[in-house]
Amino acid sequence: MKEENSAGHISRREMLAGTAIAVTTLAITKVTGVEAGPEPQAVTPVVSAEVSFTVNGKVQKLEIDTRTTLLDSLREHLHLTGTKKGCDHGQCGACTVLVNGKRINSCLSLALQHENDSITTIEGLGSPEKLHPMQSAFIKHDGYQCGYCTPGQICSAVAVLEEIKAGIPSHASADLNSKVAFTSAEFRERMSGNICRCGAYSNIAEAAAEVAGA
Amino acid sequence: MKFDKPAGQNPIDQLKVVGKPTDRIEGPLKTTGTAKYAYEYNEEVTNPAYGYILGAAIARGTITRIDQAAAKAAPGVLAIVTAANAGPLQAGKFYVSRFLAGPQVDHYHQAVAIVVAETFEQARSAAALLKVEYKKQAGNYDLEASKEGAQPPNPGPYTPPGESRTGDFDGAFKTAEVKIDRSYSTPDQAHAMMEPHATIAKWEGDKLTCWCTIQQINWGVRDLAFILGIPKENVRLISAYIGGGFGGKGTVLSDLVAASLAARAAGRPVKLTLQRPLMFNNTIHRPKTIQRIRIGANPDGTITAIGHESWSGNLPGGMTESATASTRILYAGANRLTRLRLAVLHLAEGSAMRAPGEASGMMALEIAMDEMAEKLQMDPVEFRIKNDTQEDPEKPGRKFSTRKLVECLREGAKKSGWERRNAKPGAIKEGDWLIGMGVAAAMRGAPITKSAARVRLDSNGRITVETDMTDIGTGTYTIIAQTAAEMMGVGIDQVQVKLGDSSFPESSGSGGQWGAASSTSGVYAACIKLREAVAGKLGFDVEKARFSDGRIILGDKSAALIEAAKGGELVAEDTMTYGELSKEYAQDTFGAHFVEVGVNAFTYEIRVRRMLAVCHAGRILNPKAARSQIIGAMTMGVGAALMEEMVVDKKVGFFVNHDLAGYEVPVHADIPHQEVILLEDLDPTMSPMKAKGIGELGIVGVAAAVANAVYNATGIRIRDYPVTLDKLLRVV
Amino acid sequence: MKSFTYQRVTTPVEAAAAIAAKPGAKFLAGGTNLLDLMKLQIETPTHLIDIGRIGLDKIEPTANGGVRIGALVTNTDLAADPLIRKDYGILSRALVAGASGQLRNKATTAGNLLQRTRCPYFYDTNQPCNKRVPGSGCAAIAGFSRQLAVIGSSDACIATYPGDMAVAMTALDATVETINPAGKTRQVPISQLYRLPGKTPHLETTLEKNELITSVVLPAPAGGTHIYHKVRDRASYAFALVSVAAILFKDGTGRIAVGGIAPKPWRVPGAESLLPSGAKPFSAKLMEGARPTKESEFKVNLVERTIALVLKEGKS
Repeated sequence: MKEENSAGHISRREMLAGTAIAVTTLAITKVTGVEAGPEPQAVTPVVSAEVSFTVNGKVQKLEIDTRTTLLDSLREHLHLTGTKKGCDHGQCGACTVLVNGKRINSCLSLALQHENDSITTIEGLGSPEKLHPMQSAFIKHDGYQCGYCTPGQICSAVAVLEEIKAGIPSHASADLNSKVAFTSAEFRERMSGNICRCGAYSNIAEAAAEVAGA
Repeated sequence: MKFDKPAGQNPIDQLKVVGKPTDRIEGPLKTTGTAKYAYEYNEEVTNPAYGYILGAAIARGTITRIDQAAAKAAPGVLAIVTAANAGPLQAGKFYVSRFLAGPQVDHYHQAVAIVVAETFEQARSAAALLKVEYKKQAGNYDLEASKEGAQPPNPGPYTPPGESRTGDFDGAFKTAEVKIDRSYSTPDQAHAMMEPHATIAKWEGDKLTCWCTIQQINWGVRDLAFILGIPKENVRLISAYIGGGFGGKGTVLSDLVAASLAARAAGRPVKLTLQRPLMFNNTIHRPKTIQRIRIGANPDGTITAIGHESWSGNLPGGMTESATASTRILYAGANRLTRLRLAVLHLAEGSAMRAPGEASGMMALEIAMDEMAEKLQMDPVEFRIKNDTQEDPEKPGRKFSTRKLVECLREGAKKSGWERRNAKPGAIKEGDWLIGMGVAAAMRGAPITKSAARVRLDSNGRITVETDMTDIGTGTYTIIAQTAAEMMGVGIDQVQVKLGDSSFPESSGSGGQWGAASSTSGVYAACIKLREAVAGKLGFDVEKARFSDGRIILGDKSAALIEAAKGGELVAEDTMTYGELSKEYAQDTFGAHFVEVGVNAFTYEIRVRRMLAVCHAGRILNPKAARSQIIGAMTMGVGAALMEEMVVDKKVGFFVNHDLAGYEVPVHADIPHQEVILLEDLDPTMSPMKAKGIGELGIVGVAAAVANAVYNATGIRIRDYPVTLDKLLRVV
Repeated sequence: MKSFTYQRVTTPVEAAAAIAAKPGAKFLAGGTNLLDLMKLQIETPTHLIDIGRIGLDKIEPTANGGVRIGALVTNTDLAADPLIRKDYGILSRALVAGASGQLRNKATTAGNLLQRTRCPYFYDTNQPCNKRVPGSGCAAIAGFSRQLAVIGSSDACIATYPGDMAVAMTALDATVETINPAGKTRQVPISQLYRLPGKTPHLETTLEKNELITSVVLPAPAGGTHIYHKVRDRASYAFALVSVAAILFKDGTGRIAVGGIAPKPWRVPGAESLLPSGAKPFSAKLMEGARPTKESEFKVNLVERTIALVLKEGKS
């Protein structure tokens, strides 16, 4: 049990059927009547819970607001700001990270959903001193301009090469039942969830082709 | 340093570093997520509170009441800022938008309140607890319906005259043997840069520091001080990395004002970012235009009359979209008319987006040229070449400093296989796909403006450049490093570049395609001073000495630069200013776009298959970064052609599709491999760098080339952008 | 996003029981749609039951030659499954035509079935929307409706069902299996899963309160040629203007479901006897009763054209 703080913040852990459940005991304040705006919303107290996952090989334990996305836990709590917030609604791909080797939009995932998961962010792929081959290829082919979508593009591109190796089909695959191979069309289709408004697509495709050995 | 005579030979002409396709020097930071953007200064600001903006729920009217009780009682809430407690606020000097509504609401999603809380989650949910009551007022949201009452714009620094006339347009058009008279429209478009507008604001006494994301630091300081009513000296802005701008982050927008007010109210630093769904109606955009183009010609293709009128709308006092700008100067023709009209609309503010005016105008003009070529039974490349001009058609005798439009068109025709194009629309089919090719010319002004820099030579022999110039993805860090390296005779790895801090000398900023040419010229001027200081210190005649391999050399005498800084760092600062050469010469950049599309014969889905741009823009400072600017602009041009439209709900008065799912921009799968050819060009009338901007040129004409290709594929002419399958299907 | 309490459960039975115990609770699977809507306070659950680790992530053959897909199988895993690729090609095709690689890695089979409309007025809580706030009105009908429904809609709502996967499952005659808090299971044919809006557009499915989807069962392979054609402005990562899921047989017969045009995957079995006569008569029957807006009327034509394309592809 933790003490309630002045901001009405309460945190308690209960064990229920062997799993964590975060609950609150504060009363809900009723609010009524609003015009020309969204539905009236009741004040609800903050609920926090604990989560533990590995980020770039390092175990992290956080006690956070249940509402915290994986993205905000990385950026605002762990200060791993390489993962970017472009839209916060799964519409741009800037927040792409690898979870247990698979790429996801970290903005549409609660941190709490990742108990014991292994997360790799752009910082985990390489550093300025020791670049990942995909990072080097992006530099060589100028696969970025403003740089904001870039970490997401690189995480996604690394995952795409793995997905192709694993034989996962895409919309661009001509035949569902034969082996997929790296082609420009395959890559472009698979990368389409990563928007680059600077329009570096043509260069990104060349960077990835080099890494893929295609 | 004042530049008032065409440049002669100078150290830049050595081209040991400048002109090379150098990788971006900040690449290792951007590709590893270690370049820091506005919202990411966690070491500098360790105890931030979070701000969240509630946008207006109506398009126009007044706020009659804001019930804050529930929001104030919500967990973690530190402060709520509304017009009632914000203190007096001005509009800035570039945008007319007021950044906090109350009591009047000027447009949908205008900020009504800023909620500050301990965490982002708390601020966001508390904002939803504010109960705002409004009294709605009728507004004007329909440009078509407002055309009649539209007025000539008030002249301003970014607005050309409402009307320009040369010769007798009406007479010549009336008697022209071949002519067209067509209307076109371009929709409201969003910059949709990937980094949302964001600020961390921190007050120390009456001094305000903001880590923000704006393109023009000097405008930002001016505007933020003016808006808040505080001295400019008390404002420091830092924008070291900017996640895209395209004009959408020109100067202060609501995030900077809101974060500043919120930090003051909360007594804490505040970080605030605009939530993506708010950006479209809260900030600025490229405004819709309706355009009428009339072209008259002799049967041989000589244009005798060219007229271009454009209507756009804006909030009261807002700018006009100068869509006729290119038409005044691109093609020959003795009799000319352009006209701009501006209506009052109560939508979010229209303002600059990548190649403002020219991009919208050429979307129309370059379809009109295609239509005219067809009517004349001329090849559209040849028709354009036929009407090339080597002097300003409105001011005979005023030459272009450089103009290679004809070469761009010829080279592009050759490289794109233009001879394979069938002039008859709908004639080429591959499987289920109708194939078409289209061309359009590109042109964009090459403004250049005052810019300063400071250059340091330290005791390790390293050069550091400081200027408040910004890099919005344009490659500024790199070309500035190249410039300083060339000037000081050192390798680029010996140069460090610091940008985007208002404590540095005032630069041109990034906008209007002036950034590259202006900011490097400022660095040139500062380096001239540093060369003088080095030469003075080491006893060399700077006029005769050369700087190479980290040394100053004259005859058989030479010394290492490092020697000059032994007694302490050498610092030089200067500003490049300009004389009258831009009046004497028409300074512009030119290009040509060639596009091949496929249109599905069943569904009329449109896919771009090939793209080529041929451009010239003075000396290319870094061909790799310049090419990237062009391909990026071509990509944005494909968006403009095929999908981008902020749809206006004329009943409610807002842009409906206000997120990145509803407002579609091109994705990887939309863009084929892109070819860019940069023609050799040196423009000594611009500056000692002999360079021009290129970042905006690349978008101009692209959309028309796509639309013309769609016409060539299908025989269906769409004059209202974006060109989408529903518009084609209505005709099929 | 409103505050909520959070709970992880480990079995479907536990999940069903947990939801009954908490008024205002919702299941959280992948979260790609729910969290999006929660951020905008379109969804405001007070308690989330994370069912991400309750199993239900297998794809297994059934005794009668079909296949059972666990509710929590991700879109990626489903699309890549060898059995699905071989015998249920339109399902793979529909999945990879939807969303993005990142979203497909997270989105689940049941979550995808239950995704809510993308109507822009539904997404903007300042606007009236009968689906979001029953009785508040529909701003879309007189507003921006280009992407919205042309058939099956009502005067209260013209929202479309936005998904791709369910369109293919509709053509495949899939059945949805559920469990309720009392532990009772039942099977719902996918054709009966979605409701038309009528006067109650906020009621989107025939699932009971707190009922949990546990799996989707596909019948034994139908054979034939499988084609999924999705028409959109942007080449990828966009919702369908029209999508056609078709299973076509050599004799000219077949089954067709259409997405992007209605509040549910649109299939009219009675029209399918007209398939051998071609796209025109079939589409006319399929689209009988269509009531598009001026902005969306192109979709009626586009349906016929896309079906014509699909029929041509099916022959080659």
